[in-house]
This record gives sequence, C-alpha cells and structure tokens, in this order.
Amino acid sequence: MAAAHGVMGDAPVRSTRHFLHSETLRGYFLVSPALAALIFTLAAPLTLLVLYSLWTQNDLTLDTNPSLAQYERVFGTDAYRVLFLRSLGISSLVTLLTVAMAYPMAYFVAFKVKRAKFLWLIALTVPFWTSYLLRVFAWKIILGYNGVINSGLISLGLISDPFEFLLYNPTAVVVTLAHAFAAFAILPIYVSLEKIDRSLLEAAADLGDGPVSRFFRITLPLSVPGVIGAAVLIFVPTTGDYVTPALVGGTDGLMIANMVQVQFARVNNWPLGAALSIASMGAVAFVACMTIVMARFAVRRIR
Amino acid sequence: MTAARGLLRHGLTVYAVCYLSFLYVPLFLLPLFSFNDSIFIAFPLSGFTTKWYVQMFQDDAMHRALWNTVKVGVMASLVSTILGLFAARALTRYAMPGRSVVLGFATLPLFIPDIVLGISLLILMTSVGIPLSLVSVALGHVMLCLPFAIAVLLSRFEGFDRSYEEASLDLGENGWMTFWRVTFPLVLPGIVSSLLLTFIVSFDDFLIAFFLSGTEPTLPVYIWAQLRFPFQLPGVLALGAAILLGSCTVVVIAEWIRSWGVKGETHSHIAGI
Repeated sequence: MAAAHGVMGDAPVRSTRHFLHSETLRGYFLVSPALAALIFTLAAPLTLLVLYSLWTQNDLTLDTNPSLAQYERVFGTDAYRVLFLRSLGISSLVTLLTVAMAYPMAYFVAFKVKRAKFLWLIALTVPFWTSYLLRVFAWKIILGYNGVINSGLISLGLISDPFEFLLYNPTAVVVTLAHAFAAFAILPIYVSLEKIDRSLLEAAADLGDGPVSRFFRITLPLSVPGVIGAAVLIFVPTTGDYVTPALVGGTDGLMIANMVQVQFARVNNWPLGAALSIASMGAVAFVACMTIVMARFAVRRIR
Repeated sequence: MTAARGLLRHGLTVYAVCYLSFLYVPLFLLPLFSFNDSIFIAFPLSGFTTKWYVQMFQDDAMHRALWNTVKVGVMASLVSTILGLFAARALTRYAMPGRSVVLGFATLPLFIPDIVLGISLLILMTSVGIPLSLVSVALGHVMLCLPFAIAVLLSRFEGFDRSYEEASLDLGENGWMTFWRVTFPLVLPGIVSSLLLTFIVSFDDFLIAFFLSGTEPTLPVYIWAQLRFPFQLPGVLALGAAILLGSCTVVVIAEWIRSWGVKGETHSHIAGI
C-alpha cells in the first residue's frame, strides 16, 4: 500500500467512503497483494544484493562497512574482464543469430500463412515451455565426442575419427542458446509484422515499388520495434546464463554466471559474487540501451 | 514477377519447415534414445528396450524429487494466479496512474538473469532467517511465475466486454454476484490457462530451485545431479522424454483453453450459466 499512498499523495481523502470509492485506490488495493509479493521476493532481494556488493568478506566474518573494494576487484582483475567480454560477445552473437533466423520465420507466419496461424504459433512456442535444462542437455548429447553427430557421421562412414571441436567451446554455447531462445525472437517480431497496415504495402506496390524495395522501405523499418524487443529479450538473459556454459561450454566457454555461482557456492565470497552479478547487469543494461538508441537513430535515417 | 514471388513463397515455406526441424529434432532425440538398448547415447541404435523406464519407475529418490516439484508447482501456480487475477482485474478495470510502472515491475523478472534472481533470493532467505526448503523455493517461484500469470489474465480481461457486467448490475445483481456469475465464468479459461502455464514454469525451473532447495531437491535439481554420472544418462533420457511429453501436452491444452471464447463464443459462455 506504500505505493498507493505515494501516488495518491495530494488527493483529498475525506472519509472512508470516499476512500473506498476512489477508482485509483480500489485499483491499488487489488494490486497490492501482487505488489507486496514482488517487493518481498524481488525488490528486497535485489536491494540486499546491492548491499552485499558493498560489503567485504574476511574469511569467515562479513565486514559491513560500505566500500567499493569488490567493484575494484571486479574491474581490476583480468580473469573477470575476460569473462565479461566473453559473456557479452557470446550473447551478442546469439542475439544476432537468433533474430536473423527468426525474422523470415515470423515473416512467413505473418504474411504467408492464411489459415491455421494459431497452430503455427503454438508449434513455434511449445518448445520454449519445455524444460530448459533438458533442451541444453539434448545439445550436449548432439555435440558430444561420442554424441549424435559424431557417431552418426562415423556409422555413415563419412568420417573415421570423431570431431573434437563440437562440444566444450563458445560455439557450442552460441548454438545451444540460439536454439533455446528462438521463441523469444519469433513472437515480438511476429507481432510487429502482423500490426503493419497492409494498405501501406499496396500503396507502395501501386506507386511502383518492387517486392524487394517494398520490403526494405516499409516492412523492415516498421518491424524494427519488434526486432529491438526480441533483441533485448534475448540479449539480457543470455548474458547471465548459467546452465548452457556449464553443460556445453567447457573451460573456454564459461561465462560470468558460472563465476557468480562459484563465489556463492565453493569460494563462499558472497560480496564478490554480488558485485560480479551487479556489474554484469550494469554492462548488459548499458549495451542494450546503446543498441536501442543506435537502432532508433538508424531507422530515422532510413525514413 | 509472379515467378519471383512464387519462388519467394516456396523458399519461405522450405525455410519454415527447416526452422521447425531445428526447433524439434533436438527434442525428439531424448525419446528416441530413451528406448535405445545401450548405455551410450550414440548411433547406430542397438535395439528397443523399455528398461530405462522400468529403472526410472523404481527410483525412489526420483519419486521424492518429483513429489517435491509437484508440491512447489501447485503452491506457486495457485498463489501467482490468485495474485495475478487481482492485479489483472485492477489494471484493466480501474483508472490507475502508474499503471505502466506496476506492469514494468511485474515483468521485471523476465529481464533479470535467473542466476541473479537465485542468489538474491538466497541472500534474502538467509538474512530473514527462512530455512532453505520447498517453501523458500515456492516463494521464489511465485515471483518467477507472476509475469506469466499477469500476462495471460490481462489478455483475458482486456478481451471481454464490460457491458455484460453492466447488464448484470442493471438487472439487480450486486457486485459480488455479478463477479461470481458473469465475470468469473468469462475469465475462467484465463485462470485455468494461467494455472497450467505457471505450473509448467515452476516445474521446469532449475536455477532458483538450485539455490533455494536446500536438502529437498526438485526434479530439475535432481536431474542436474544425475548428469555428472555417465551411467545415469539413459535414465535421465527416459525421465526427460516423459517430462517433455507431459509439458508439451499441458502447454497445448493451456493454449487451447486460453483461446476459448475469444472468437465469438462469449455468448455461448454467458448462455451456459
């Protein structure tokens, strides 16, 4: 209810009757259980995370004098910098790949499928609802040294020795993540394509644009919001992904989340782990905002 | 021109089929190898067996993990759907300043990596003194499920015609009876769909349960532990195939229910009361 008071700050609340009949207050009254749950399970934990990142772990005792020592360590250590750059690099690649692969698919459903659109959308989103852990595990089976690809090619007689470069490297992480986040790209792009006023396309055709220039001058610029939405929805969570690098990344494919987990489990240095995760969210937010600004600017130039 | 367009259309269809295969082939490998009579997950297939499933049904630790997951899933889906129901009602029915702030707050978990949600919840539980157990997992899952519950219910509330409620009030029903006899049946498909989808979200979550489950593993945490042992992998395949089949079925049912009454069937729902 704290939020309700904040919003209603200067509204004259004269009686209980008035209080109950105010639309806004009724709304906030109904929202308050969800808000309370979110404050307890989201806002409070994140605040504590920030606090921890300002503290220091001295062996078994926790020094609660605020300092930026953890952040100095995070930004001053080469090993962490490598992990940051790799995480951002991998998730940028995943974002580009996933969006580029999803665009034609979304275009197909939005413009070419006349009947049974619903079925196509269900077919494209059902894998997203299945266990993430199992989907990543499936890729471990596919790419492994004795895995599906290697054993398949050997039993077909195409190769005699298994490929070693398939599993336990950054490429395996990129492929697995691109598969896991496909639905995140398809839905936003599909929605933005579906919203395009078809008469604009007809007008362009009437005025002499061919299919290709029509696509680049109308369809693509108008679908940029969907593309940006998809990119953010993929880039943000993949940078902090833990399961995929842990299962298919090997040593060279480890990402920042794996280091965070190590700090919270094995090393037991929670302040450092907290600083690492906050720094990574900051980096992600920075890159995402820059990309959005640049994309908006580019679209304005095209128009 | 027509030829070019035909080629484009054809090419897109081929692409769509390839894309669907890319999505589904990895998933089909789990059931395929779960019936393979070999400890190695590799071609050529060495014969049909159901022994991995028999082994799975006899695994007590797996049963406990499954039961833990179901308990957490039921708690998380019930609580998040009830909270989401109130929230979606408020967000569609009342003029609320700060509506977008509330919505943004509720969808925030989608934009934060699971690992950050997991560790910050771990910090909260230890700071407040809540022991790590299925209860702490369920608390975390309520937050994880809430964006999905709100999204599903919001689209349901937005889709329905306020005049039904007004008609009921005009005809003399009070607010409570109107909600019970008009609003609730209209939103019911959304509620069922939200319950099913949030259950799936909770059921599939690994990372938050990984940090919060303490000594009572949920099924994904149990699977994670099994992945370290190569001889356990066929058993994981059988379990994985069963989970995939189960969650696909639940999701298709949920989406089907969600689409109920969206296309002109609202009248029959009202008439059915």
